[in-house]
Amino acid sequence: MSAEPISGADIVIKSLVDQGVDVVFGYPGGAVLPIYDSLFKQNNLRHVLVRQEGGAVHAAEGYARSTGKVGVVLVTSGPGATNAVTGLTDALMDSVPVVCLTGQVPTHLIGNDAFQEADTTGITRPCTKHNYLVRDVNDLARVMHEAFYIAKSGRPGPVVIDLPKDVLFALGPYSEPVHVEHKSYRPQTKPDAKRIDEALALIAKAERPLIYGGGGLINSGPEACARFTEFVRLVDAPCTLTLMGLGALPASDPHFLGMVGMHGTYEANNAMHDCDVMIAVGSRFDDRVTGRLNAFSPNSKKIHIDIDPSSINKNVRVDVPIIGDCGQALAALIAGWAKVAPKRPPAGRARWWGRIEEWQSRDCLRYDRGRKDVIKPQYALERLYALTKDRDPFITTEVGQHQMWAAQFFKFEKPYHWMTSGGLGTMGYGLPAAVGVQVAHPDALVIDIAGEASILMNIQEMSTICQYRLPVKAFILNNQYMGMVRQWQELLHGGRYSESYTAALPDFVKLAEAFGAKGMRVTDPAKLDDAIRFMLDTPGAVVMDIAVDELENCFPMIPSGAAHNEMLLGPEDEAKKPVSEEGMVLV
Amino acid sequence: MADIERHTIAVLVDNEPGILARVVGLFSGRGYNIDSLTVAEVDRANNLSRITVVTSGTPMIIEQIKAQLSRLVPVRKVHDLTDEGPHVERELALIKVVGKGEHRIESLRLADVFRARVIDSTTESFVFEMTGSSEKLNAFITLMEPLGLVEVSRTGAVAIARGVGQF
Repeated sequence: MSAEPISGADIVIKSLVDQGVDVVFGYPGGAVLPIYDSLFKQNNLRHVLVRQEGGAVHAAEGYARSTGKVGVVLVTSGPGATNAVTGLTDALMDSVPVVCLTGQVPTHLIGNDAFQEADTTGITRPCTKHNYLVRDVNDLARVMHEAFYIAKSGRPGPVVIDLPKDVLFALGPYSEPVHVEHKSYRPQTKPDAKRIDEALALIAKAERPLIYGGGGLINSGPEACARFTEFVRLVDAPCTLTLMGLGALPASDPHFLGMVGMHGTYEANNAMHDCDVMIAVGSRFDDRVTGRLNAFSPNSKKIHIDIDPSSINKNVRVDVPIIGDCGQALAALIAGWAKVAPKRPPAGRARWWGRIEEWQSRDCLRYDRGRKDVIKPQYALERLYALTKDRDPFITTEVGQHQMWAAQFFKFEKPYHWMTSGGLGTMGYGLPAAVGVQVAHPDALVIDIAGEASILMNIQEMSTICQYRLPVKAFILNNQYMGMVRQWQELLHGGRYSESYTAALPDFVKLAEAFGAKGMRVTDPAKLDDAIRFMLDTPGAVVMDIAVDELENCFPMIPSGAAHNEMLLGPEDEAKKPVSEEGMVLV
Repeated sequence: MADIERHTIAVLVDNEPGILARVVGLFSGRGYNIDSLTVAEVDRANNLSRITVVTSGTPMIIEQIKAQLSRLVPVRKVHDLTDEGPHVERELALIKVVGKGEHRIESLRLADVFRARVIDSTTESFVFEMTGSSEKLNAFITLMEPLGLVEVSRTGAVAIARGVGQF
């Protein structure tokens, strides 16, 4: 307890500092002025001024996902809070730890339709892990510390603290964070030993095992990822990762089959379909991964490690549920392996690897490499990867075709380097997320792989990038279409490209220059490498506008309503396997 | 679907603003059914409320409902009374019947059979109070329909496990 009572605003700042926060992403407004005033009077906390509150949350997400720390957002009441809703939902879907402080009208005006009033706790209830309205300054310090604990423990997620202006002015006691057991919130982190033994017994006998890792590994941290890698090598089983899990196992590891799911590799999806034991680690059997549920991996025993009990048996019934932190569960599996490890690999193992090699030989990510007249988007990403891989880049993306190509063609060797909006699929995520990543890693190479449509959704954050001299590189694959929308219209709606073409795009070079960044347009494949080198050699922010093949589609693809072994490998399959009627209604 | 089950779930929560909205929002947001829901403070010293929710769904959905409820931060305990062994379930209803003559007499007679109490009456109306299982209440209300039933107010089910076991 500090001896002297201090203002609510000072309590907020002090709690943030004591929680180890070094930067806050925000935007001021009437209801949070007391906090901004306290911010002004201190030097421990940095504030990054975004250009729209939605950008602040994505920036905090980028910060959190690239550091493993909690991202912090500070916005005002009413529109400040409502603008944050998309980012909060995004953070909830992808389990990103974020604490979002929202201003609120003074307590006596709540419910009065006051100026810039919104029912923030009501609006954010379904899109946060938890939220608070602090009506009494005496509760403030406790709530602040509790919010950080809830945001980062268990399955991480966003927490909103709504702060009425009179509470920020009122004087109250400050208390430092101490670990007190929460009266009701106690996530289970230690796995059940009996379940671990059951899992080990299954794995030891598996002829056709498959390890399926997800974003939970990244959330659990680099140590969990290292254990995961150790486990994969120990068991010597093929491994696939979800979009959110990329980097949990080094992509160069020979056990890695590439990403699973709708735009995952042929070998990963077929292995998932045909395996006899599936080991899901920190992954949640999302519909983008499973495809048609009644045809999902029909002959496998499934082991599911997840810290969130509600993830177990949600979509897919599993045989061995293991509730707990995946790092701890993996440690237990590794420790127990020696006891059960077979002297010789089970009989079918060699054949299983043989089949996987056959699938791999289909070279499912192939594309028309011969084109000299137009830049293929895949080629642009292959070149970007080749020219940047030695620089340990941090990649953010927007949402759409470019995102899937980035996931397919970029190879991630470690966690925390891949920031993308998976669950919610938020266009406009990448650029503000890159702000957060670059703030956390000032000297690193940070690239937002973008589409021209997505990046326009939060293009105002170029202004933030330039204000703080963040050397973010925006790598836009410009096909003038909302590419994924167009692809679905081609597949499902007879090629009627309703509203998916952007007839009036800005000149991205001039746009970059208007913000104070460098811009560059590339149309010729032969000039691409030089352009990428120029981008890398330019010290500040750069916007690369790459004109790519407008009608290229993203393959392989499991069309909606189809099973893993019914993939489309390329345009030639598209005509042969029309999408089912049930598939049409799925998203 | 054949495998729809009806479950009575008791949820012990911190009695704080918005907790009911969290629970109700969870059900509506995820498309779960609420057949009935009751809530009241049950432990003043520890500031605890008990929510009894009667819901129906496939076994997988019921399992999800319990897991999702447990995930809410202010939720202390979730018990599936239907799964956990014998329990008693009661509901209270206030039933207003308006009529004269033979209908009025018949309604009173039936109320007596069902052990409903008259808690208000005028020369042409009764308000019956009745406690029992939801099925019993349903049966009585159906009988009252031709006898001048005009209004029903029900609490929804509350439930508790039989025997010495406790939360």
